[in-house]
Amino acid sequence: MNGIKREDTHRTIERVARESYGRLVAYLSAHTHDVAAAEDAFGNALVSALASWPRDGVPENPEAWLLTAARHSLIDVIRHQRVVLESEPTLVLLKENVAEAPLLTEFPDERLKLLFVCAHPAIDPAMHTPLMLQTVLGLDAARIAQAFLIAPKTMGQRLFRAKTKIRSGGIPFEIPQERDLPERLEAVLEAIYAAFGIGWDDMDGADQRGRDLAEEAIWLARVLLQLMPGEAEIQGLLALMLHCEARRPARRAPDGRYVPLSAQDPKQWSLPLIEEAERHLAEAFKHGRAGRFQLEAAIQSAHAERARTGRIDWKAIAWFYEQLNRLAPTIGRRTGYAAALAEANGAEQGLAVLDAIDQDAVSNYQPYWAVRAHLLQLLSKGPEAQHAYDRAIGLAEDPALREFLIQKRG
Amino acid sequence: MQFALMIYHTPEEFAMRTKDYDDPHLGAWRAYYKALVGARVYVGGEALEVPETGTTVRLREGKHRVQDGPYADTKEQLAGFIILEVPSVDAALEWAARCPGASIGAVEVRPLAPEAKRRGFTG
Repeated sequence: MNGIKREDTHRTIERVARESYGRLVAYLSAHTHDVAAAEDAFGNALVSALASWPRDGVPENPEAWLLTAARHSLIDVIRHQRVVLESEPTLVLLKENVAEAPLLTEFPDERLKLLFVCAHPAIDPAMHTPLMLQTVLGLDAARIAQAFLIAPKTMGQRLFRAKTKIRSGGIPFEIPQERDLPERLEAVLEAIYAAFGIGWDDMDGADQRGRDLAEEAIWLARVLLQLMPGEAEIQGLLALMLHCEARRPARRAPDGRYVPLSAQDPKQWSLPLIEEAERHLAEAFKHGRAGRFQLEAAIQSAHAERARTGRIDWKAIAWFYEQLNRLAPTIGRRTGYAAALAEANGAEQGLAVLDAIDQDAVSNYQPYWAVRAHLLQLLSKGPEAQHAYDRAIGLAEDPALREFLIQKRG
Repeated sequence: MQFALMIYHTPEEFAMRTKDYDDPHLGAWRAYYKALVGARVYVGGEALEVPETGTTVRLREGKHRVQDGPYADTKEQLAGFIILEVPSVDAALEWAARCPGASIGAVEVRPLAPEAKRRGFTG
């Protein structure tokens, strides 16, 4: 009996930890700007919970309990660093808070501020996503490192450096002013989408890491939308990720073979996810400001239409890519435009778009070579197609995709 | 910065070497090599013969100890190496992840010792 109860308690702690992590770390660090100390304090509070909850039962408001314990721990930590004079006011503030409300049940949700801190322009853009995954979701450095293809120790050091910068670099814990908001919000959205992209690319790995990360990204976007309801680009991003997520079951044949989007069976797509995506996208479009994520979601929406109509409107997709390139041309968007244009108007036009891209910029970019190879093959340019296939195969990381391209190369 | 990708194979992977030129596995390696050259990061590299052909020599108390077989008795054995010139370890790890050897065996990425130090070693 006792064993079962203890197991239940542990599961409760795990669940509360996951749900409360970002809220508590954000709240604790909003005053001190010391994210690392807030994380340590939260960790200590969890250790206390593991010791006392199985004995005394789960408190009525577990999150408030954790917050109180974390605060006490934070005060201890700051006391130890007393040499640092500037901590004094913080200490007083925290003490007052603890005295005033030993069982605070409601406290402001500061996660939005923390998200903006993580994606602040003063922080290395490469660290925006890892920081968010750690400080808002509580993922450990080793797991983040795996997803980012970086040695765990290196990731730990980089996260540490970034947090030091947050603490000492004068980065404000606040929601940016109206004037800066679009740009700053885009950085937050980019970071969330990067997490999803990694999860998406790596879903074929032997472990769960990719899939989990994609789910975490969707969860982050939902949190963000809850905090900033009605932001069109947040809804656009959420719609984009949900559309992709809906197709996850169709991306592999039962034997593990890679199935390209155009060959996927729409019956395997998740209808509820597609419907949810469409709902968000429709609401986003009402604002009449089609940003980057809404356009990308619109492209995915056009692909999803095949489930209903049995065909793909490539002209519409090409048009959406054109708009994206008008916002800011990237190799990815130009490659996407070339692929859509080729489907709409013939391979030659697509190839012309690819030819106009600077060769140095694409030497590492796998999708460019895959599209190029496909178009050259359609145009019966054998040797050139072979060369492009080789480049695409050599740049592929996913063994199933590599296999697929080798078959296509013939 | 120069990095060595040291490619470790399982016995199954070593066995694949005897396959035909058209085999997809070998095709993946050729494509990988072309991508490295195409991206202008390839400095050099070689494949090694199967581990059974190795002989290990030690000098102990003035005596030669010659042992048949590879240095370490592990399942995965060094199969070859590639030297890359890339801006950072991040790029080197990206290339390691694309290496066909990474999906079955393992690829170790290690920076080459700095130029000056290397000169010191070789005189």
